[in-house]
This record gives sequence, C-alpha cells and structure tokens, in this order.
Amino acid sequence: MLSRLLAATQISIAAALVAVVVALVLGVVGGLLAGYYGGWFDSVSSWLTGLVMALPGIVVLLAARAVLGPSVWLSMAIFGVLMSPAFFRLVYASVTAVRNELYVDAARVSGLRDGRIISRHILSVVRAPVIIQSAMITGIAIAIQSGLEFLGLGDLSVPTWGSMLSDGFAKIYNAPLLMLWPSLAIGLTCISLTLLANALRDALERTVSTRRRRREGKVNGAPAERTAVVGHQDDARAATGEVLLSVRDLHVGYDQPDGSLTQVVHGIDLDIRRGEVHGLIGESGSGKTQTAFSVLGLLPSGGRVTRGTIDFGGIQLAGAGEGVFRKVRGKRIAYVPQEPMSNLDSAFTIGSQLVEPMQVVLGLSKKEATERALALLARVGLPDPKKTFASYPHEISGGQAQRVLIAGAVSCDPELLIADEPTTALDVTVQAEVLDLLRDLQAEFGMAMLLVTHNFGVVADLCDRVSVMQSGLIVETGPVRSIFNHAEHPYTQSLLDAILEDGEPRGTLGSRKEVSA
Amino acid sequence: MLSFIVRRLLSGAVLLFVITTVAYALLYVGGGDIARRILGQNATQEAVAAKAAELGLDRPLWEQYGGWLSQAVTGDLGRSWFSGQLVSVGVSSRLAVTLSIVIGAVLIAAVIAVVLGVLAAVRGGVVDRIVQFISVLGFAIPGFLIALGLVLVFAINLRLFKATGYVPITTDVGGWIASVTLPVIALAIGAIASVTQQVRGSVVDALSRDYVRTLRSRGLGSGRVVYKHVLRNAGGPALAILAVQFVGLLGGAVIVEQIFALPGLGQLAVQSTTNGDIPIVMGLVLATAFIVVIVNLLIDLAQAALNPKVRLS
Repeated sequence: MLSRLLAATQISIAAALVAVVVALVLGVVGGLLAGYYGGWFDSVSSWLTGLVMALPGIVVLLAARAVLGPSVWLSMAIFGVLMSPAFFRLVYASVTAVRNELYVDAARVSGLRDGRIISRHILSVVRAPVIIQSAMITGIAIAIQSGLEFLGLGDLSVPTWGSMLSDGFAKIYNAPLLMLWPSLAIGLTCISLTLLANALRDALERTVSTRRRRREGKVNGAPAERTAVVGHQDDARAATGEVLLSVRDLHVGYDQPDGSLTQVVHGIDLDIRRGEVHGLIGESGSGKTQTAFSVLGLLPSGGRVTRGTIDFGGIQLAGAGEGVFRKVRGKRIAYVPQEPMSNLDSAFTIGSQLVEPMQVVLGLSKKEATERALALLARVGLPDPKKTFASYPHEISGGQAQRVLIAGAVSCDPELLIADEPTTALDVTVQAEVLDLLRDLQAEFGMAMLLVTHNFGVVADLCDRVSVMQSGLIVETGPVRSIFNHAEHPYTQSLLDAILEDGEPRGTLGSRKEVSA
Repeated sequence: MLSFIVRRLLSGAVLLFVITTVAYALLYVGGGDIARRILGQNATQEAVAAKAAELGLDRPLWEQYGGWLSQAVTGDLGRSWFSGQLVSVGVSSRLAVTLSIVIGAVLIAAVIAVVLGVLAAVRGGVVDRIVQFISVLGFAIPGFLIALGLVLVFAINLRLFKATGYVPITTDVGGWIASVTLPVIALAIGAIASVTQQVRGSVVDALSRDYVRTLRSRGLGSGRVVYKHVLRNAGGPALAILAVQFVGLLGGAVIVEQIFALPGLGQLAVQSTTNGDIPIVMGLVLATAFIVVIVNLLIDLAQAALNPKVRLS
C-alpha cells in the first residue's frame, strides 16, 4: 500500500509539473511577445486566450483522451495548454503596464536590445506573480489529473493517486479506508500548494503596500520642535460669534501591523466660531486632512483619535461612536472633498446621490427631495439642472462634479462645512468660480467653514482666520490680515513667500476684504 | 444596447464555428476504426467498409464536416452511431440534469459567497481571517474529494440522502431534491470559495473608495452605504468570476455526475468519447460552447445594468 502510494506520488507530481511547464512556456512567452510587440500577434493571441478560456477543461480532456489514448503525460500537457491563459493574462497585463514606463524607454534609448530589456526590466516585474500562479496551477493540475484517473479514464498501467482512489471507491461499502490515503495525499498536496501561493502573495503585497504608504507620506517622522504656537490678537471683526467647534490637544495615530502606533497629528488646538471661515493651511503630509477627518469621524481604517477632545456645539466627537456621528454628519457638519470625480459613485445617477441623503437625514419624501436637489443644482450654477440630475458622474466635467458635491454638502443645511482642498483638482479657470460659489453659499447659509488648503492665495481669498500646520502641529494662528502682515513663524513666512513669488499682489487682500465686509 | 447584443451574438457564433471545426478535425484525426468498433470484432471486412461508407467516414474531412455543419444549422444534429438515438434528444435530456445541478450550485454559491465575502470585508479582523481560511480550504480541496466525503458521510453512514441515482423533477419534486442535494453541495463548495475571495477583495476595494467617505459624510449609515453603493460597485468583478465558475462547474459536473451516477452530460461525455461516437461528441461540444456563450452574454448584460460606465462599450 505504502509503496504504491509512494510510486504514485512521483508520477502524480511529475505529471502535474508537465502541465505547469507547458502552461508556463506558452503563457509567459506568448504574454511577453503579445504585450511587448503588440500588433497582430497581440490580437490573435488575445482572441485565442478567450477561446481557450471559454472551454470547459474536462470536456476537452475527455475528447483528447478519446483521440490520443489514455496517457497521463499527454493529458497533462493538454491541460497545460488549457491553463496557459492564466499566465498569458498575467504576463500580458504586467508587460503592457511596464512597456511604456519611463525606465523602459530610457533603456531603449540607451541602446539596449529588446531581448535584454525584456529579461532585465520586464521579467523581474512578472517573476513573483508567475511563481505564485505556478503553485496554484500545480494544485489544480493534480486535482484534475486525479479526477480523470478516478473516473477510470487514466492510464491503467501507471499507479497514480487517482487510480488508487478509484479502486477504493469501488470498495467503498466494504473498505472505506482504502480511499483515505490517496484522498489525504491529494487533499494535502492541493492545500499546501494553495497555502504556499497565498503566503507568497501576502508577502508580496505587504512589501508593496508599505512602499506605497511611505510614498504617500502618511508615515510621518517626529513632530516638529514643539515650540509655543504663535497666536495673533483677534481684530475687532474676526472675534465675534460663539465657538462652534473646539478642538483641544488632538492626537491622531495609525495602528501599524507590528502593533506600534504612528502619530500624524501631535496635539493641536483649533477653534471655529459660528459663521467664520477658518483656513487650515500647510504642506501635504502636515496632518490637516487628518484633522478634518477626525472631526467628521471618517479617518481611514487603522486611524483613530488617540488623545484630546473635539467639542462640537456641546457634543463630544473624539472617540464618539457611529450613532453620535450619524446625527451630526450631513445635517450639522458637511464635507466637500478634494477630488470631484472619485467622490461620486459612478454606478448611480447624480440625482439619486443627492436625493438619498436628504430622504435619510431630513426625512423628506422622494418628490420633495428631488425638487430641493434640482433647486440646489441650479443654485450651484449648473446650467441644466434636470439634465445633470439624470446624468451619471462620468457624463459631466470635473468642475461640474465639484459643484454637484458642493450642492450635496449644503443640501441638509449644515452649521459647519469642511472643505478639503476643494479647488486643488480643478482647472485654474474653474478654481476661482468654485471659490466664489463657496463664499456665496457660506454667507447665504450662515455656515462656519473649515477650509483645508496648501495655498495661501485661497486663504487670502476666502478666510477670516487661519491656522498654519506643520508636521502635525499648529505653528501659528490668528486673523488672516494679521498673519499676512506680521507672520512670525518662519514656516508661515516661507508659505507666504511662495505666493508672493507667484505675483499675487498683497495689496488686493486689504482692499477686497474691505469691499466684501 | 441592441447593437451590443447583436455584436456579442455574432462573435459567439464565430466562436461556436471555430470550436466545432477544431473538435471535428481532432475527432477525425484520432477517430480510429470507428466502423469496426460499432460492429464488433467479428464483423467482416466488407461489412466494416460498408458501415464506414454509410456513416460517410470514407469521405474527406471537409466534406464530412460540411455535411455535419449544414445539417447542424438547421437544428439536425444527426443520430448516435451506437444507440441510434437522435443527438438533439439525447443531449438535451442530459443537459437538463447537468444544468439543474450546475445552476443550483452557482445560485447557492452566489448567495453564500456574497454573505461571507461582505462579512469578511466589512468586519475584518478575526471574522476575516476565519472566512479567508475556510475559503482557501474550499478552493484547495478538489471537488471530487468533497463529493466522495459527502457520499461517505451523508449517504453511506448517515443514510440521509441517496448516494446514487436521479429522480426527474417532473416525477417527484421531493425525490428530485433528495437526489441533487449532495451533487449540488459538492459542486458549490469550490465555487463558494473562489467567489467569496473575489467578493471580499472587491468589497474591500470599493470600501476604500472616496465616494464611500463622501456618502457617509452626508449622514448615510455605513450599513446603507455598504448594501446599496459598495455592493453594486463590487458586483461587477464578482459576476465575472461567477461566469468563470459556471464554465468550470460544467467541467466539474462530469466527475460529480460519475460519482453520484447522475444521467447528465458528463456521463454521456465519458461514454461517447471512449466510444468515438462523433455525432454525440459534437452535440456535446456544441451544447457546452453554446451555454458558455449565452452565460457570458448574460453576465455582460448584468454588468452593464450594474455599472453605467460599462454600458454600450
């Protein structure tokens, strides 16, 4: 029994390897050629791939057996052909993605031959996923092969796991244990190959994701030297109104896979009064968006407020549960995002995305909500509200999408509007219009506004007060005019210098503010 | 939309043509002495030659295929060389059995996989790890081993279901359910595993999208956002993998039908390919390819309904 099992093991695994090698050679070579050179070879092989994938594998194997006779090796070779699309698609996708990368162009310009470029730059990209896929396919090949043998369609002269299982099945009533060993062998081999593939993929994904996170700058270094915040005296105009949002000693951190905590906001204080436009300015990675998301309770997964308080009109939001936030979001605090397109759900019409929250939050009927949505779309300056209402997000422009998002944000008449870089993703000509719209709506609805930006020009245009953020700390805060005229912190000064170089005349600030006030 | 369907049906027709051509050519090359096999070892040389002439086996390949094709487009798939049964009748009666277990398995797999996948993606943590572990096991263990295990436990030891045999739904609904339950479970487990992984992956992906945060910022509860917006966006990739599973299950049914002794396409396929019964094999190839084309078309239409961006492309 044992000796038969061992002999069967050799053949079963060797035959599975035949399948993998055939699939590898066809798929990888085909994928490389089709992906790298494109052209007719590309179209033909892509079409063939679709064809092969549309066939139920076992039926083909049965037909092949009828034609070519019962040979493990042959049927596994054919199975390899059937599995080659898996490699083809993998390699093809990677190669087309890499082909137009700059470093491949650079290699071509510097005179490397195609063969060398393929082996040096492209194979290194697909190597890991191909190894993973191979482990998977070995498992599938063993399963299919033993399945065929089990049906009695195998080569009876060679001992394999499947034929042993078939013998066992014939005696299932008398000696069910006969099935145990080949079953265990097949099952364990398939499981371990799949687990191996999964472990490899996980290892691979982990390195990729940490690399990406670092690039995005979410992992910040130590906080800036914690000196006293430079505070400016409020001038008469800015100081009025009760405090609506009061943030004290806010710390935000992200749990890391290794159990440690990476802090991105290191204890900030922030007050926003009713009806005030408050700018939160700083370079990317300074923690301003994290601060905004903390107030909304919408930090990305893994992120949380680790210390401090967020008092919003008497409600404590720091560490509050979903139930508390649901009473506040939309109705009292609203949010305008940075990137208009990705913030609309492409599967639903714009109208339905506006109507749904109003029905839920304000309890309006569908008809009332629709009327209000149409009125809002007209209010935010969309020329044909009815048409926009019925459109899908991909049918409108970025500027229009941002207007839609602004309409959505003010739809439930909030007290505080958090706008996260609302113009950064827009064309320069559209930016000014959207800022005007925000200013008008803010006055019309009497909302307070927290405007997150990296652009002092936007602050000058819109804000009453401003807080300057650097490396997770607020370094300077006060009325806009005071900060413009007497910036004390070197970081604030450098931000101001940046817009002066753009040629924005400082004089306009005073005069324009006078007019609007 | 209509032009999309017409285009897809045309490309499906081309696919059917290519597949049947290749299949016919292969069968012709490897057919061996079919007339001899039909008549048995004791038949005279003259009788064998006469039989071959009667079946048209002495004509060149393209003539034989042309004859088959011109009849096939009118719906006449010929008769089995061995039993004399009409191919269309034989195949379609078998098809009903296979489709009933495959469609049953796909539906069950879809429901369970969506529940498990969403649960794993939304809850994360321990729930996620447990679901992932189970689905890896379900993916890795070959379907026929699961089928054998089910037979051993539920049919032989517990005697809850019949181990073998098939009762048509038209004769006895209860008996039909009893006869297909184990095969459907055996087929569904592997599909559940793969589809769960895909649903989990695409829900995790959809959850991280910006619009999810924006919708929540408008005051929508996370449950509502998940069941209305996230599921709809995650549905496309999940449907695609379901289509792949359907094709895979048609193949998997061959083995499962053998184990449970169900008179489906699989059994017919095993018999006819071992005999070299070309009309039956061609009927099978045509039927499976046709189902695959139709399933893929339906899935594409469903995807277009889910996501307007896919529409008309």
